[in-house]
This record gives sequence, structure tokens and C-alpha cells, in this order.
Amino acid sequence: MGEAATPLRRLFRVLVTVGPGGLWLFLFVLLPTLLVLLASFLSRGPFGELVGPLGLHNYARALEPLYLEVFAQSLLVGVLATLLSAALGFPLAFYIARHPRRDLLLFLLLLPFLTNFLIRVYAWLVILQREGLLNAFVAFFGLGPFALYPSFFAVLLATVYTFLPFFVLPLYASVERIDWQLLEAAYDLGARPFRAFLHAVLPQTYPGLFAGSVLVFIPAMGTFVVADLLGAGRVVLIGNLIQQQFGITRDWAFGAALSIFLMGFVLLSLYLYARLQRERGLEDLV
Amino acid sequence: MRRLLSLHALLVYFFLYLPILVVVALSFNESRRGVRFTGFTLDWYRSLFQDPRILEYFFNTLTVAFVSTLVATVLGTLLAVGLVRYRFPGRGFLRYLLYIPVVVPDVVMGISLLLLFALAREFLGFPRLSLLTVILGHITFQVAFVTLVVRSRLLLLDPALEEAARDLGARGWQTFFHVTLPLAWPGVAAGALLALTLSLDDFVVTFFTAGPGATTLPLYIYSSVKLGVSPLVHALSTLIIGLSAFFLALAYALSRRRV
Repeated sequence: MGEAATPLRRLFRVLVTVGPGGLWLFLFVLLPTLLVLLASFLSRGPFGELVGPLGLHNYARALEPLYLEVFAQSLLVGVLATLLSAALGFPLAFYIARHPRRDLLLFLLLLPFLTNFLIRVYAWLVILQREGLLNAFVAFFGLGPFALYPSFFAVLLATVYTFLPFFVLPLYASVERIDWQLLEAAYDLGARPFRAFLHAVLPQTYPGLFAGSVLVFIPAMGTFVVADLLGAGRVVLIGNLIQQQFGITRDWAFGAALSIFLMGFVLLSLYLYARLQRERGLEDLV
Repeated sequence: MRRLLSLHALLVYFFLYLPILVVVALSFNESRRGVRFTGFTLDWYRSLFQDPRILEYFFNTLTVAFVSTLVATVLGTLLAVGLVRYRFPGRGFLRYLLYIPVVVPDVVMGISLLLLFALAREFLGFPRLSLLTVILGHITFQVAFVTLVVRSRLLLLDPALEEAARDLGARGWQTFFHVTLPLAWPGVAAGALLALTLSLDDFVVTFFTAGPGATTLPLYIYSSVKLGVSPLVHALSTLIIGLSAFFLALAYALSRRRV
């Protein structure tokens, strides 16, 4: 037959393939996002319900110094976690990519990563708390005990620990594809090792570096679990603030405004990232 | 230089494994509190297996993971095929929509679903927060990941293969089941595996969408950590670590056999 698809048949195929998934995304991604946007203009009623009138009051409140400080602290966790992941992950990606048994090393990198997220965070509590492993260890040398938990340091450490593989994996994919002939060419042209690396190797890792940074920065900034467990109320990030509004405080309208604020910030930084990357866009993230 | 890189790698791997070793060691520790090792015991495992709640949470976790992965894999695979093969109005918008669950922090995802379910319950009378709402929430982020993984696989395939099948007289569904799907299979399997892992590990979306009776293992671990950990959590964690290691080793062995 070799049927040329008639318009009706084409429509049918699109409906069958895209229909169910598209409908799902509309119902469970687009609609909830619009509801959060709507809720952010409402107010908290006497029983924690959402009431009118519409207004910008939640956004005005989100811009109060107290909340801006929380936002700044979240940003700091995001930025520091990304930089530390780069410091740990960049040399590691090169080491793994040039190792004869690299698939084993990747396996060993993934194994802790597949252990439940909460267990990995909780393990740091065991290590850092006052009667924890670290203090038991330094006490052996007559030092300590140090109050490392709850603290900003503990939150940052566990954040880096949790998201490090997200940084190394896309970076590794870039490093593996490096054309090393360019390095030799740079040498032939008389470049010293550092300069050759800077101009012939580093630019080839940019897609991986960018993808890794995004994958660490966003969850590090937005999570509430790590700060909740290792900050124990002393370190409050924007994720904790949002969770509180939907939990004990029951001010959904304010929580919605904070969410829109966070989401807007994330989408804006991604937009800038995509612009910087020109054509590559977000395709490297998955 | 090479030595420095090796030393660095060694330290990073130590950093990655230290917490896990601590948890595993403590699960065999007789002492109820602190990290001082007072003696070897299997008591915590014994009480774990005698706790009927744990079995229920485990069962809930698996139910959510398998049901949501199945639905998300079907929806995501079809969606990926449609996005790659057909042009239609709204295609660009749909692609943007796909990235939202991937890039937006999971707290935002969790509260937006909570809001949706709360309003649906108020105005439509359903659904109550339960295991069902957890499953709906998991499917939502899984669909995005499955679609993106399968899509990147489909983009690598030569469309001429499908044209050839059609020229040879295959109908639309025959082309799909005999040509497209087998070729896309590694992508579908990878997407499903990713979806399953994400579901088993998810805490945040579950936290906001779970109703009474819908406790999963991550929810249980969270509440135990908040309330002061019992050594049962060490034992439970060790079992989870062991299971993950087993499945990953299996995947690793299978992937090596192909080479």
C-alpha cells in the first residue's frame, strides 16, 4: 500500500502519541503552576483557607529584609555548593575518563548516589553531631568536641555530598568526548601546558560544566530537606520557608508567592544559561 | 600530575563512602545511642523484620514505584515518538512544559500538586490524599524524564528506516511495534529505570501528596530522623544500600556483556 498519510490519519497519529502525555502535562504541570500563580495573589483566611481580594501583598512581604536574607542565604548555598562540586568534580571527571577501568569507577561513583537521599543526609548527622564520629575521632588526639551540627557548614557539606554526582556525570560525558589532538596541536604551536589546557581542552568541557552547574545549583538552592535535617531550624533556606507555609503556618498564599519567586529566579537563570549556550540550550541536561 | 589526580580521586571516593560505611557499621552496633561500638548484634534486623509497619511501608513504596513507572513509561514513550515524528501546533510549548518538572525545585512541584489536589477535592470531591495522589505526583515528574530520555534516543535513529517499513506496506501501528519501538528500546529501558529510581528515592513530592495510610519508606525514615533515630533506621538503611548495590551491580554486569 505504502499509504501516504492523509491529514485525518496524521491527526489521529498525533492524538494517539502526544495526546495522553500532553494531556497529563496540562493537567498536572501547567494547571497546578497556574493555580500557584493565582494563589500567590490571594490571602490567608481565618482557617488557613485561600480568600480574596487579589493583590500583590504577598510579593511585597517576600521582599521584606527578613525574607530577602533567607533568599540570599539560599543563593549562597547554591553558589558555594556549585563551586565546591566543581573543585571536587572537575579533576575527578578527568581522572575517571582517562582511567583504564573507567566503567568500574563510574559504577563506584553511582553506588552511593543510588542509596536513598534521606539516608545519605542522615549519615552526615551521625558523623557531625556532638557525640558523632568526627568528634570521637578528634577526641582521640585530645581535640574538640566541635559543635558542627546544626550549622551552615553541615548543610553545605551534605548538599555538596548529595549533588556531587549530578555535577560529575555530565562533565564526564564532555571530558570523554574531548579531542586530545587539539592539545597536541597547541603544543606544536608552542603553547606551554597551562595555556594549552586553557585554550585547547577547557572550552571543550563547557557544555558539561554548564549542565553540571545547573543540576547542582537548582536543587541545592531549592531543597528543604538538607537544611531541615542538618540545620535543625538554625539554617533556614527558601525551601524551608515554603514548606513551613504549607505546613505549620498554613499561609498557602504567601507560600505560593515564595514559590513563584523561586521558580521565576530559576527559570530566569536557565534562560540566561540557554542564551549563553546559544544553540545547545537545555538538551544537555538529561 | 597523575599522582595528584589519583590522590584527589581517592579522597573524593573516601568522602562518598564514609557516610555509608558509618551507617552500615552502626546497624550492627549493640549500643542504642552514639557511635561508640560496644559489640556486634543482629537485634536491629530482627526487630525490623518483626515490625509489621515496615513491611507495609515497603509495600507502599513498591506499589507507587511500579504503577507510576509503568504508566509514565507508556505515556513518555508515546509522547517522545509524537514529538520527534510529527509537527503540530503547540509542539514547542509542549517541549517547554516538559522541562518544568526537570528544572523546577521539587518543593515547588510538591506544593503545586498539593494545591491542585486540595482544590480538586473541594470542588469535585476527589481525590483524597492517599496512595493514589502519590502515584499521580510521581507519574508527573517521571513522564518528563522518560520523554526526554526516549526522545534523545529517537533523535539518533534514521527516519529512513520507518519510511522503508511504510514503503514495504507496513501500517502505522506495525511500523511502530516492529520498527520504531525495537530501535528505541534502549532509550525506553533507560527511561523506565531512571523513572523507577526517581520514584523509589522521592521524598519531597511524596511528602506533600501523601495522605493518611500512604506512608512510604522515605517518609518513615524522615519522621524517624526528625523524632530521634532508632537503630532500626540503620538496619533499614543498610538493607536499602545492599539492594541498590545489588541492582546496580546487575545493571553493570549486563552492560558489560554487550561489549
